[in-house]
Amino acid sequence: MNGSLRWKIVLTLLVVVFGVAYLLPSLPAVQNSGLTRFLPDDKISLGLDLKGGIHLTLGVDMDKAMENNLARMGEDLKVVAREEGVIVLKPKVLKGDRIEAVLINQDQKDKLDELVKKSFSNLTIISSVVNADGKVNYVFAPTSEYKKYLTKLTMDQAIKTIRNRIDQFGVAEPDIRKQEGNRIQVQLPGMQDPERAIKIIGKTAHLEFKLVDSAADLEKAKKGIVAPGREVTVIRHRLPDGSYVEKPIVLKHEAMLTGEYITDAQTRFDQFNQPYVTLNFNARGARIFERVTGENIKKQMAIVLDGKVYSAPTIQDKIAGGRASITGSYSTDEAHDLAIVLRAGSLPAPVKILEQRTVGPSLGQESIDKGVMAAIVGSIAVLAFMLVYYGFAGFVADVVLVLNIVLILAGLALFGATLTLPGIAGIILTIGMAVDANVIIFERIREEIRRGLTAKAAIVEGYNRATLTILDANITTVIAAVILYQFGTGPVRGFAVTLTLGIITSMFTAIFVTRILFDLYTSKRAADAPLSI
Amino acid sequence: MGLQIIKPDTKIDFVGLKRTAFIISAVLILLGLASLIVKGGPKYGIDFAGGIVVQVKFDKQVEVKEVKNALQGTKLPGLVVQRFGHADDNEILIRTSTSDISSADVRDMISKDFTANLSKTGFDIQRFDMVGPKVGSDLRTKALEALYFAVLLIAIYISGRFEQRWFAAAIMAGALFGGISVLQFMGMSTTVLIFGALFITLGLCWYLKLNYALGAIVALIHDLLITVGIFSLLNKEFDLTIIAALLTIIGYSLNDTIIVFDRIRENLNGKAAPTLAEIINLSVNQTLSRTILTSGTTLLVVAALFILGGGVIHDFALAMLVGVGVGTYSSIFVASPILLGFGPSMTDKDDDASGVEAA
Repeated sequence: MNGSLRWKIVLTLLVVVFGVAYLLPSLPAVQNSGLTRFLPDDKISLGLDLKGGIHLTLGVDMDKAMENNLARMGEDLKVVAREEGVIVLKPKVLKGDRIEAVLINQDQKDKLDELVKKSFSNLTIISSVVNADGKVNYVFAPTSEYKKYLTKLTMDQAIKTIRNRIDQFGVAEPDIRKQEGNRIQVQLPGMQDPERAIKIIGKTAHLEFKLVDSAADLEKAKKGIVAPGREVTVIRHRLPDGSYVEKPIVLKHEAMLTGEYITDAQTRFDQFNQPYVTLNFNARGARIFERVTGENIKKQMAIVLDGKVYSAPTIQDKIAGGRASITGSYSTDEAHDLAIVLRAGSLPAPVKILEQRTVGPSLGQESIDKGVMAAIVGSIAVLAFMLVYYGFAGFVADVVLVLNIVLILAGLALFGATLTLPGIAGIILTIGMAVDANVIIFERIREEIRRGLTAKAAIVEGYNRATLTILDANITTVIAAVILYQFGTGPVRGFAVTLTLGIITSMFTAIFVTRILFDLYTSKRAADAPLSI
Repeated sequence: MGLQIIKPDTKIDFVGLKRTAFIISAVLILLGLASLIVKGGPKYGIDFAGGIVVQVKFDKQVEVKEVKNALQGTKLPGLVVQRFGHADDNEILIRTSTSDISSADVRDMISKDFTANLSKTGFDIQRFDMVGPKVGSDLRTKALEALYFAVLLIAIYISGRFEQRWFAAAIMAGALFGGISVLQFMGMSTTVLIFGALFITLGLCWYLKLNYALGAIVALIHDLLITVGIFSLLNKEFDLTIIAALLTIIGYSLNDTIIVFDRIRENLNGKAAPTLAEIINLSVNQTLSRTILTSGTTLLVVAALFILGGGVIHDFALAMLVGVGVGTYSSIFVASPILLGFGPSMTDKDDDASGVEAA
């Protein structure tokens, strides 16, 4: 045995030990044994399609975020201008990200221009038209840098809020990531109640406290007729059977207090075992709440979440101490989920569910069982065929094929790749294609033997001639796999990963390891002994 | 020596069969295209079209008609109920097109209707997929892009490797990006863009005399067209896993073609036969054994997947079965005749790429 062969054997054995060590932790039988202490922690993680769970793609409504932001900037402009003695009226958000406002006195035009330049660097003045009555119509637009900044900020905030909510909901290993086109991908493995998850994730959780206009005519309100500064919405009551009825209610438009001052929210139960949610405000919120309740004793105050009234209690007394509670009619789960969204903060913009995929755990297990079954049957068929067709050489090919499968699975564990259903298909496909390299080599060796070479010489010649062909053929498949990974999502990516891994490991086993086995086999034999191939 | 399917001295005149092969290919492609035209394009699954798919497992045999009747009250748009998987799985698929009804409501409606109308049968919603229309069209664009980039990169790789013409390959890449930018500037849709790009690629291969690449790409488009056509004829839906299958078929088809081309180049360098047609025939015959064996083992495992893999993977396995079969055929009967038609490039002067020194 020569030196280079010895090194090749050592290297191969190292790879085999390494592969087995990384494969074992993924086997259920090993996971519950004492063996785990000696093995790496990496396991093959199963994709949602095999484990069950929820995959969501959420679209963040950036137009709405921009609109909200512009409305706030308009109000700010009005307030700041007033402090300088400049009267600006009616800031209004127009379509296409514009703010329109009216300056009362055209003599102050220079002053306002100066003020916008100085204090509102995110706004540019699109036009300022002086009317016949001496008023000036202004149109502002946000700068493009500000738009970019706001988009990034909104996305980051949205992801943070959603992560907070999911963490509090208690899902193991959630995966939340930003995607292009203002989208967020959320994966919740093992989660079995998609509707509840969606309710928690999708709630904007914009909380407002508004006064109720008890003098309003409900019959008119039902038709949408309300006085200026009033709005009509619905309040819902939960019936004992769990269903809801909704009644109209008229509110004053202006919010007395919003959810941004909340520091904590908890679920509690009253003496009738009815759940309710308590809120804690920060110092500023507490001051506002104390003032507002003090000024409005004996009036009804509505607690509005995302435009829906949860309850409208009558204020009995001034409430100090920064605590409030939302009683209302909801189930324990609903109260719990409400507390979560209030505690985690509101989303900076509404989100919409663009894509939702839910897989039950039983289906996942069934997929695994069927995939494994197909893999076993397919492998046995290929192994048997190779053995019959090539004799000893076929046995060599079979040995490395088994090694190949071990290495693919170990590779999946090592790189933390996710095994998906198409991924299993990828492994099965690789089994079929893995023998290709060996077939190319074996056919070449047969050709050389037919040309009259001895077994040893034919092996050398066969390997030399076949290697580049095999490389060429496989690189194109790797190209296809890399592109799949680049463009694919979810399961398709899993397929690309296993396919690539399979090609790399099959090159190693089919070219490198089989050569060692052949060399070992022929080293002790006469150079002209026949070869079983 | 072990068994042999193909006798070593086999001499099938593949080049002589090219007319027959051409007719077979043309018929298959035209049938597929006709089916696509009649049906108004490929039938998209919810991944690309958007909509809702619900997979329900019942605890005993339920007729599709019963399920349909049970759901009659929901008035879901485009409601389709079909059996899924094997008959004894007792599984059905419910599909609807996209609508304004929220997924939560759809789930509720289905649950309520089954509880009320199929009261004696237990059921379990195993899978619930909803894809919005915007996401669907985005996925469609991405899938087309993936197919296109795969073809482009492979064309560049083959030209570089086989003809030692990385420079020409680079020109092709540059010209292609230029062409695409012009089309993009003219405001073409992605679909038009990608077909435009494919034609530019083919045109460039032809103009730059990158004939190996030309042969490989024509064979590959041939395989894709036939697979897509057969899927259309069988009324199968296209979804993300089918795109994965198509990309794998691209890889597989090329794999096969390259091995034949490799042998042609080797025999050309060694002047193994007097004419190009004879060299091609010789090469295809020499590699025939390997081609059939590899296709055979691959088909063996894909067939196992097709029969045993379960409903979710069924169509994927079908696409692979068709693709592997067609890919094997095309590397013998399509790619090589094209090489014959245009001639291998004449710049192939060095033999360091013939593989003798490697290992």
